[in-house]
Amino acid sequence: MKVWVPCDAAAVACGADEVAAALASAAGLRGEEVEIVRNGTRGMIWLEPLVEIERDGVRHGFGPMTPEDVPALFEDGDHPKALGPVEEIPFFAKQTRLTFARCGRTDPLSLADYEADEGWQGLKRALELGGAQTIEEVTTSGLRGRGGAGFPTGIKWKTVAGADAPQKYIVCNADEGDSGSFADRMLMEGDPFCLIEGMAIAGLAVGATKGFIYIRSEYPHAIRTLNAAIKAARAAGIIGDSLMGQGPAFDLEVRVGAGAYICGEETSLLNSLEGKRGMVRAKPPLPALEGAFGRPTVVNNVLSLAAVPWILVHGGAAYAEFGLGRSRGTIPIQIAGNVKHGGLFETGFGMSLGTLVNEIGGGTASGRPFKAVQVGGPLGAYHGPDDFDLPVCYEAFADQGGLVGHAGFVVHDDSADMLALARYAMEFCAIESCGKCTPCRIGAVRGIETLDRVAAGDPAAIELLHELCEVMEKGSLCAMGGFTPYPVRSAIRLFPQEFSLSQEAAE
Amino acid sequence: MTEDDRLAAILADHAGREGALLPILHDVQAAYGCVPADCYQPIADALRLSRAEVAGVVSFYHDFRDAPAGKHVIKLCRAEACQSMGGAEMIARLERALGMKVGETKGDVTLEAVYCLGLCACAPAAMVGDQLVGRATPERIEALVAEVSA
Ligand SMILES: Cc1cc2nc3c(=O)[nH]c(=O)nc-3n(C[C@H](O)[C@H](O)[C@H](O)COP(=O)(O)O)c2cc1C
Ligand code: SF4
Ligand code: FES
Repeated sequence: MKVWVPCDAAAVACGADEVAAALASAAGLRGEEVEIVRNGTRGMIWLEPLVEIERDGVRHGFGPMTPEDVPALFEDGDHPKALGPVEEIPFFAKQTRLTFARCGRTDPLSLADYEADEGWQGLKRALELGGAQTIEEVTTSGLRGRGGAGFPTGIKWKTVAGADAPQKYIVCNADEGDSGSFADRMLMEGDPFCLIEGMAIAGLAVGATKGFIYIRSEYPHAIRTLNAAIKAARAAGIIGDSLMGQGPAFDLEVRVGAGAYICGEETSLLNSLEGKRGMVRAKPPLPALEGAFGRPTVVNNVLSLAAVPWILVHGGAAYAEFGLGRSRGTIPIQIAGNVKHGGLFETGFGMSLGTLVNEIGGGTASGRPFKAVQVGGPLGAYHGPDDFDLPVCYEAFADQGGLVGHAGFVVHDDSADMLALARYAMEFCAIESCGKCTPCRIGAVRGIETLDRVAAGDPAAIELLHELCEVMEKGSLCAMGGFTPYPVRSAIRLFPQEFSLSQEAAE
Repeated sequence: MTEDDRLAAILADHAGREGALLPILHDVQAAYGCVPADCYQPIADALRLSRAEVAGVVSFYHDFRDAPAGKHVIKLCRAEACQSMGGAEMIARLERALGMKVGETKGDVTLEAVYCLGLCACAPAAMVGDQLVGRATPERIEALVAEVSA
């Protein structure tokens, strides 16, 4: 019998290790041969731990499993946690999985699994095409940075490729600090070779021989998995002195952050990588020209890099066929918070917000009425049912005073206290500000105080808050201070009564 | 090994590494449980930095401590997705049960805030030592602490 039990941190947090242990001991007691594979997660987190058993070549799912549910797996008859063929579960079947195609199917650290499932084919194609043609494919794909800003990846690579320097770097931004975001972690734990392949292709394309993966310290599982994967890829001769024994050198190193949200901002990240305080640098110079250690550097998010192998195998044009307007390809959406079906849902850009919350997410977990969804992390705006027609794409959200960001969607039910959430947004900014500029460093603290005055019923405070938001938005050097007003203002606009305002006063 | 040998060994481990300060500080904290102030000067000397630069980096990052934490570190997620699932109430109840506040160390236990563990789809989330807890309840966290203390 072949059984899969995820080793993803979310599955483990919900008891996957205990379930795996119960499976091993139950099998031992019965003298049954059971092969337990620790796969990544399918992303259906509400079903974790999700155990899969192969029957006649089809993987059947059971979940959410507890150790007590294990013995019944060995008995005839229906299992109370049986879900049927796992890839037919609607949440899974409705997706377009390009970047996450392998995640949950394979053993993340098995080179054999990876190779058997299209692994290294993109790198092989890049080695045939050469750097310039590889960049051309990425440009054709329309891929834009998945880390938040949505900058075209092909253009960034071209700038670095065109820079003349004795050393260039690829830096993978795996700082993923947004609440509601876990796709980077899921990919690094569930399919680390895919990220390694994407970085190797990037290195080849721009002429960089060294790559760093900067991972936040809050992700010890991802750090362990990636280190093991890098070691295995190096031992297999895929990276190291030469890419697959025929290309230029490219090696990788994992660097661990130290608990600072701002180090997700690319210039802070570079400072941190260099061993400095994670302070934001003014641009220009662009990191593409003066990045890590002053050298031309590609800084890309995990998902941007992990999208590249598929693009090389299937062609940039095939990737660009998915999506909407100038948002091409697929977006791994993370649905979280107070929602029935929380997890990762990869789909072409364009799905409406309402479909996402109600159909895919299945409504609130508490069963209480939906209130608001925050999109794009702690700096993203809150959206109410009036925005349910909004298609998920960069432009539509920007037009509504919001952002897609890293595509984290955090759902709140009607018990959410919007004044408290607005206050939290300011508090988070105050805690995580790098301190370089006044509007953010001081403004966030004043924001907390002003919201406390609003809470105390001071009628003059709301006006002051709006002015403060204006100053923070216009005067901050980076999006930390610049976008903190988004959740605050959107909360006031959507729920003026919670800020002791009438509807008109909020407009 | 004496204390100084431990530091010297860490510094030797990272000799020649580009941008070695953070990896060094992580190793120092792993060895000593914190980054003691009397390490600043030797680290600065090894990396040809000033003592103030090292001190500035240590103080910038949330991870680095100036005194060792309790034997059991409980990290509680305060971010939005966890709040949406009653995270704040959960933290308050745990604080009452343990008779201490987030940010404090009492006896063996240190309570800390963390801003997202990437477990937002199984919120609220916590970390007890290196054990992750999804769909966390105060009871489960207390039970875990009791288990590891036993
Ligand atoms: C406050 C702040 C936090 C950020 N956090 C992240 C992050 O955690 N991960 C990420 O990839 N990008 C983050 N970014 C965006 C990066 O600065 C940068 O745009 C991105 O890493 C570029 O990669 P991409 O083009 O592949 O998206 C953040 C930006 C700001 C202003
Ligand atoms: S906005 Fe805030 S985080 Fe960004 S540079 Fe200014 S102080 Fe630093
Ligand atoms: S918000 Fe708590 S784990 Fe992400």
